Amino acid sequence: MALEIIESCVNCWACAPLCPNKAIYEAAPHFLIDADKCTECVGDFADAQCVAICPIEGAILDELGTEMNPPGSLTGIPPERWAAAQAEIMAR
Amino acid sequence: MDLPVIAPEAPQAGGCSAGSCGSSADQMGGMSDEIRARVQDHPCYSEDAHHYFARMHVAVAPACNIQCHYCNRKYDCANESRPGVVSELLTPDQAVKKTLAVAATIPQMTVLGIAGPGDPLANPERTFETFRQLAAKAPDIKLCVSTNGLSLPDNVEELAKHNIDHVTITINCVDPDVGAKIYPWIFWQNKRIHGREAAEILIAQQQKGLEMLVAKGILVKVNSVLIPGVNDEHLKEVSKIVKAKGAFLHNVMPLIAENLQDACEGDMNMMRHCRQCRADAVGLLGEDRGDEFTMDKIEAMDIDYEAAMTVRAELRAKVTAELEAKRQKAHAPPAPQVVQFMPRPHKSAQESAPAGRRVLMAVAAKGGLVAVHFGHAKEFLVYEASADGAKFVGHRKAEQYCAGDETCGDGESVLDRTIKALEGCEVVLCSKIGFEPWGNLEAAGIAPNGEHAMEPIEEAVMAVWNEMLAAGKLDAKPSAAKCA
Ligand code: SF4
Ligand code: SF4
Repeated sequence: MALEIIESCVNCWACAPLCPNKAIYEAAPHFLIDADKCTECVGDFADAQCVAICPIEGAILDELGTEMNPPGSLTGIPPERWAAAQAEIMAR
Repeated sequence: MDLPVIAPEAPQAGGCSAGSCGSSADQMGGMSDEIRARVQDHPCYSEDAHHYFARMHVAVAPACNIQCHYCNRKYDCANESRPGVVSELLTPDQAVKKTLAVAATIPQMTVLGIAGPGDPLANPERTFETFRQLAAKAPDIKLCVSTNGLSLPDNVEELAKHNIDHVTITINCVDPDVGAKIYPWIFWQNKRIHGREAAEILIAQQQKGLEMLVAKGILVKVNSVLIPGVNDEHLKEVSKIVKAKGAFLHNVMPLIAENLQDACEGDMNMMRHCRQCRADAVGLLGEDRGDEFTMDKIEAMDIDYEAAMTVRAELRAKVTAELEAKRQKAHAPPAPQVVQFMPRPHKSAQESAPAGRRVLMAVAAKGGLVAVHFGHAKEFLVYEASADGAKFVGHRKAEQYCAGDETCGDGESVLDRTIKALEGCEVVLCSKIGFEPWGNLEAAGIAPNGEHAMEPIEEAVMAVWNEMLAAGKLDAKPSAAKCA
């Protein structure tokens, strides 16, 4: 049972100091989670701490590859509207 | 008095309209004598002192516990007030080494700040470790810290233990409904909290922290980021409340685009001074010596801080005496709180006014030249032309109505808004301008001018002013535009 940080991580450092198991470490090109140490915070906190502070939607996945902070959950911008805005910007 | 003042609105909110400038002699207006004495040798606040003393910032605390809508985390945050630039992250040991190296080399360095990126109090171990070491090794350095305030109440006790000179809290609102538009979420008690509830907690913590600091006798400065259409009106209320609670200064910072600051480099001392919280920035104002103090160079240095402290104390005594003498001479009563962008000798009213009235001109500039297409300009620099020459007085934000070709979408309303932003200016200088905006500008009483492309700004501005003078246009007050 462990979470994973993927390439959309912006290396903001927010998650690392919060991990109760010191499972998160600085690496290039982005932070990583040591799968052997991560407990998904079970027994320590109700919410996975890295997930609760990460500012980037989709940067942390669970073992099934599900985005812990899905699109729209942090920015409040629904994914369809975001896609439309992106398309508009690209069209210019 | 003949001050080149820019005050977009009446400064009734006591410095709320003070633009982005963190300091001017006039900021001291309205302060109690006790606070005035405490800040008058501080390079961040005293116009006098910042010519003699210097400050530096180190970035040691990268993590942040709130999200601001205007921050994308890849760059430094507004806590740090240098949007778009990334600072070198240091460990506390490195930060201490760097501070000692700088202080030994530049005896004028008197203030060390820990600001963004990140929130210093969301990383209290790193921040306090740095402070602890410095308080022990370099008691002659004043320490300051900037925070978003969320963890402030928990840390006041610890802050009071160190040599903390002042704390800056970034407070963008005091109303949770406004806050909900600025902060999408916060991290609070091991959970992510969204929306209005998040703003409510953050505001409560900020205000509580402010009160606790004041009660402990620690100076508190409040920074606000002005977000047009979100908190611009509301900041007057913020100003009133934080001053009533004992903040000694409220500093409003609009988010300044990077290209404007580049355009100002060289001839804009005041603008540089505004960026008072630059991490990595070392040295006296306008004299950044960061390159001398990269980590590898510092590791190689051999620092005798004991010896350096003597030198530093001597210098401080000398400067203090000089400043004191200057103040004795000036003994000026506190001026009203307005932003003075350029010091300029006063003229008495009796002196005959020079021929030709003052004219505000907007310039689409890059690198000190009239070099930007009107439709591509993100900001305009505003100059005041008169017989005394061209003076920079401020800047206006433009919405780019043309991102690509001339025919793009809803250009018109954006153009209208840009023209509105230029209100009060009689001329706009740019490298090129389209046919349609030309007509609209003329209709609004603003003369477009593309004849001085690639010329230095001040020369171009004065050339246009002289043409206007020769054409007899400068005798009367303009009818359409009101002069600021
Ligand atoms: S889920 Fe918890 S244990 Fe796992 S990396 Fe994140 S913070 Fe650490
Ligand atoms: S909080 Fe998210 S973006 Fe920041 S370092 Fe951790 S995984 Fe990366």
